[in-house]
Amino acid sequence: MRKIIGIILLVIIAWGIIISLQNVPFGTSRTEVADHYINKGIEETGAANIVTSVVVNYRSLDTLGEVTVLFLAAIGLGAVLASTIRKKEDRDTEKASLILSTGCKFLFPFILLFGAYIFIHGHLTPGGGFQGGAIIASAFLLMYLGCYKEKRINETGIIISESLGGLVFVVIGLIGLLVGAHYFLNNFMPKGEFNTLLSAGIIPIIYVAIGFKVGSELSKIIDLLMEES
Amino acid sequence: MIFIVSFLVVAMIAAAISAYFLKDLLSAVIASYMVSLIAAVLFYLLQAPDVAIAEASIGAALVTAIFVIAIRRTRRHEE
Repeated sequence: MRKIIGIILLVIIAWGIIISLQNVPFGTSRTEVADHYINKGIEETGAANIVTSVVVNYRSLDTLGEVTVLFLAAIGLGAVLASTIRKKEDRDTEKASLILSTGCKFLFPFILLFGAYIFIHGHLTPGGGFQGGAIIASAFLLMYLGCYKEKRINETGIIISESLGGLVFVVIGLIGLLVGAHYFLNNFMPKGEFNTLLSAGIIPIIYVAIGFKVGSELSKIIDLLMEES
Repeated sequence: MIFIVSFLVVAMIAAAISAYFLKDLLSAVIASYMVSLIAAVLFYLLQAPDVAIAEASIGAALVTAIFVIAIRRTRRHEE
């Protein structure tokens, strides 16, 4: 009986998918919003990278939600791992060789610099807050793999940078309610000269905030996992 | 161009299938890492560099590291 109901449900769902896909004109554009972004995006936001102008200007509320999801994931992982009993260094892990640990220490600032470059130039070149934050977290991962016994993340520093990132994002959005076009996260600041570092209004500020927030969240996730293992 | 893309797609499918069938979970993680890495290259070739950077840094680097740490905490071989 259950199998028959399952097959009937499957047929109904397949029929619905086929019916709805038949009406999709593949290869042609039916929405005008994409054309609007491509044609008017540079003029309205001042960002040279159209992807960034969509992510941080037209759809910045969704980006705030995305950052919140990542934050909740980090909190959830911390809550789950904090409840497990902590064993005190039961594995006598061997210290990494001098070449490995020195190489990691040498590469670490360059990877940090690259991550910072990616999120500061988010409105000019490909990349942005999420990508830069992930690259910064991978720098911390390298440090944890190479010289785990010596170097650890400063706990208060990571909390401060994470909270400051979120705070800057929300406060800039709330300032947008007060001045300019009066809606949440509007681009109230001057656009500046096109294709220079200080252009595109609030976009670079928000991307730097997202970069700090995502970088500290992902680094904290790695820190929690490495601590327990 | 079309030759490179089709080669990458075939390699990606092969890596995905081997990630499903491998019994050694560490090898399976490396195979899924291959899928992410090839996806990043394909995103770049399809002129989506933003997504390519995100896929390479999150999908290839961080997720693989998290899986390897998780395997270290649990069992390495599937029964």
